Amino acid sequence: MYEFTHHAATSVADAVGALGEGKFLAGGQTLLPTMKQRLAMPGHLVDLGKVAELRGVEEKGDVLVVKAMTRHVEVATSALVARAVPGLEKLAGMIGDPAVRNRGTIGGSIANNDPTADYPAACLALKATIVTNTRRISADDYFTGLFSTALEDGELITAVEFPKAKLHYAKFPNPASRYAMVGVAIVKGADGVRVAVTGSGGDGVFRWSEAEAKLKADFSAGALEGMKADAAGMMSDIHGSAEYRAHLVGVMARRALSES
Amino acid sequence: MTATGIGAPVRRKEDFRFVTGRGRYVDDINRPGQAYAFFVRSPHAHANIRGIDASAALAHPGVLSVLTGDDIAADKVGGLICGWAIFNKDGSPMRAGPHPALAQGKVRYVGDHVAVVIAETLAAARDGAEKVAVDYEVLPAAADIAAARKSGAPQIHEAAPNNAVFDWHLGDKAATDAAFARARHVTKLEIVNNRLAPNPMEPRAAVGEYDFGSDSFTLYTTSQNPHVARLVLSAFIGIAPEHKLRVVAPDVGGGFGSKIFIYAEETVCVWASRKVGRPVKWTCDRTEAFLCDAHGRDHVTHAELAIGDNNRIIGLRVHTDANLGAYLSTFASSVPTYLYAPLLSGQYDIPAIYAQVDAWYTNTAPVDAYRGAGRPEATFVVERLVEVAARELRMDPAEFRRANFVRTFPHQTPVIMAYDAGDYEASLKKAQEMHDVKGFGARKAASAAKGKLRGLGYSAYIEACGIAPSAAVGSLGAGVGLWESAEVRVNPIGTVEILTGSHSHGQGHETTFAQLVSDRLGIPIDNVSIVHGDTDKVQMGMGTYGSRSGAVGMSAIYKALDKIEAKAKKVAAHVLEASETDIEFKDGKFTVKGTDKAADFGTIALNAYIAHKFSGQELEPGLKESAFWDPTNFTFPAGVHICEVEFDPADGVVRIDRWTAVDDFGKVINPLIVEGQVHGGIAQGVGQALYEGAVYDEAGQLVTASYMDYCMPRADNLPSYNVGMTVTPCPSNPLGIKGCGEAGAIAAPPAVINAITDALGHENISMPATPEKVWRAAQGVVPRQAAE
Repeated sequence: MYEFTHHAATSVADAVGALGEGKFLAGGQTLLPTMKQRLAMPGHLVDLGKVAELRGVEEKGDVLVVKAMTRHVEVATSALVARAVPGLEKLAGMIGDPAVRNRGTIGGSIANNDPTADYPAACLALKATIVTNTRRISADDYFTGLFSTALEDGELITAVEFPKAKLHYAKFPNPASRYAMVGVAIVKGADGVRVAVTGSGGDGVFRWSEAEAKLKADFSAGALEGMKADAAGMMSDIHGSAEYRAHLVGVMARRALSES
Repeated sequence: MTATGIGAPVRRKEDFRFVTGRGRYVDDINRPGQAYAFFVRSPHAHANIRGIDASAALAHPGVLSVLTGDDIAADKVGGLICGWAIFNKDGSPMRAGPHPALAQGKVRYVGDHVAVVIAETLAAARDGAEKVAVDYEVLPAAADIAAARKSGAPQIHEAAPNNAVFDWHLGDKAATDAAFARARHVTKLEIVNNRLAPNPMEPRAAVGEYDFGSDSFTLYTTSQNPHVARLVLSAFIGIAPEHKLRVVAPDVGGGFGSKIFIYAEETVCVWASRKVGRPVKWTCDRTEAFLCDAHGRDHVTHAELAIGDNNRIIGLRVHTDANLGAYLSTFASSVPTYLYAPLLSGQYDIPAIYAQVDAWYTNTAPVDAYRGAGRPEATFVVERLVEVAARELRMDPAEFRRANFVRTFPHQTPVIMAYDAGDYEASLKKAQEMHDVKGFGARKAASAAKGKLRGLGYSAYIEACGIAPSAAVGSLGAGVGLWESAEVRVNPIGTVEILTGSHSHGQGHETTFAQLVSDRLGIPIDNVSIVHGDTDKVQMGMGTYGSRSGAVGMSAIYKALDKIEAKAKKVAAHVLEASETDIEFKDGKFTVKGTDKAADFGTIALNAYIAHKFSGQELEPGLKESAFWDPTNFTFPAGVHICEVEFDPADGVVRIDRWTAVDDFGKVINPLIVEGQVHGGIAQGVGQALYEGAVYDEAGQLVTASYMDYCMPRADNLPSYNVGMTVTPCPSNPLGIKGCGEAGAIAAPPAVINAITDALGHENISMPATPEKVWRAAQGVVPRQAAE
């Protein structure tokens, strides 16, 4: 770790004002290990851990609001989440391990937009709205590639708003890291059927339109029988080739519907 | 059996301090004035060093010194050694290149030690290391055996043309070829034994300290064998003579072989401590551990089994290529040779065996002993061969094994080993019953009904441990003897300290060794403490590896206890005013035959020291004895493991549904600890079979340099094991014990792969059997009921 200065923010306004050339520190489950390995070297951290207005889960009309600093464990164990967006609590409970879930936050996860993280699939399938200190961004416009988002410099996520709907999610964990090697989120909501895939896309989370078309006609696992995603553009590494990942997208999509 | 004696499932005495964070590991040791070392490591697999410019690093605040290969050469510090001489088929010695602790003109793998920065703080040392400018001339790399042996391959060491370290063989080639010529059936297999990173929970660490007053060094290090470290650092590397070098290995958090070896880092820390006049501390980080801890396995083998009449095995022939990495680590050469080929007879009566082993340098981390060391590789060859042979012969794999078991002892194999005792049939029968092999067909049908494949695999392993008779290993090229020492110090009030050359880094010696003493002297286990891991306390020892601490280390204690008892009887004779020949000792009491006169152990101990009842001329005061035990043979633990797997051909994720292990470890001191060793060993073996693999890319970069990519087995990957035992006492040591530390890791991999291939109905799968490999192998395989 290199030397850095630390500011414990007390409010969103304070955090944004104190950022300068620094970085926001949410749960730190990616940033801190990266800093320890000297792969990231921010000179200044604005710690959001004590910003009360960024914490908590609430219902607002037909949306579920999960504030940015809400920890994965809080989502995983929230009765409100389980009632408003059933399946989202299960997804949160599959992230990392207990230590990660006790520290990691939804805002930190989607700000980082790791292509193998779980939350981006939920956001895209549910067509969530990413709320920042300056604007509202549709999930459709938010995820722009590997570790890349629509956030501007200095912009801070304050909450994620999920339309109420049932989330079907199945995850094939990378055997080593336990991140998603393939994670498929499926929602039949006001916006029709949306299928979002994380873990495998070379450009990060993406929608699987072929599956959406099939499911519009027949919202069941059977409708996806024999289907697999296009291997072109899939990630490929020692854990799984593009072809295997493309195959698993079909398997996980069917499991998402048959098991959740 | 007493509550704390031999055979009692005593909870580990050491665990309270470990699980409450009170262990004292090397990284917990901080010496006054301590500075910190950070190594500049090669980012290239193969490169010449044209120059090193340390000026910017030296100007960095807090940096005390930057030392390079030139400095260590100028101080005439020797290179690291390989302590086992192997000879080629033509009798010439193996071709070993130099192994400097800091690179001298050339680096040979990613992570190779280029320079060390010593600073006031670790952060300053790291900062300084980033400022050391190294001018590399990058050379082509050979990252695996295939690349290293190709004509025109990069030349890694001048001393080893074509990167060939040795071509060695064992067995009777003519007799074996003749057996194959008359065979009725020949089974052939191509086997890759995957490369593993050792991953002890505690990374390596070292603190070197030089005392100007006494002109002597102390090295605190994560070692499985501190005395061997001292011997090598003194006699070969030349840091200081033994009486000027103390080596301390305090609590050590796992080794699995990787902490046997004498590495560059501790050598540099102890040397540099005098150079900079400060204690020097180095603690390995996890990525450094992946890069630089000696890896294990990495064999490519062509294996053949010849079968004659009545399904009897008549010959076994293997050709193995072994990757030894960029340098020969401390015992690297022994692993694919004498720790491997002599085990190729397995549990079977095989009249002719021939093994050829070619060893290669590559631009990868050194490869050396890792839990099992050669024996897992041999067992994988044998147990895959017999399983496949049985399938080809359409025989039940258990019956094929039965038909070929060694049944009389002692049994001389054609490859050195003389098995002294065993009952392989007993383990197989018990394992089959415990596992409910009979119910497998029904379970397979139930899996098929869910669209899943199910398979059952056996592994009837044998291993040679309790290493080993010194003269025997010396004749095979070992540079050291493999005895063990013990000293028993009885204190005046009857408490006992055992000083042992064995080292505990997870094995539970503080408990098992104390059980032996408690049992023998009839004193409470809490009155016994075990002292180990410090060359200032224990005079000499050979350390812990090769499942030797029980069979060899405890035998030395046993011999010393014999002397204690004999001396104590002399004291008792004076105290009880009887003839020495009339003194009996049992359950902690000395009695006089035929009388009611008695004295307890503590009373006799006290009298040994106050010495009022005898004159110093007829009997020396005190009660302290020592012994060295040199074993008469290896010990031969053996057993049968049965693995049953289930998987969905849609994703290829193998789930181990049940595991039965029946092991014959001879006499067991503490069944709880032995069972724990079996559990841990199986976990590591399952890791090799399903999850682990150290992977280099073509340029020699380690792809699996963190837990993001190196897959360790975790609790949710493993079943609840059924563990059973059979007992044939080992005749080669006074306690009848064989050794259990490596058995699980040796037995497990073929059991897993035999189960997967049983489910698949074909043999095309390699380790680690990752989900993708299993998915590909399962294409077109239809779940169905068992053939029966």
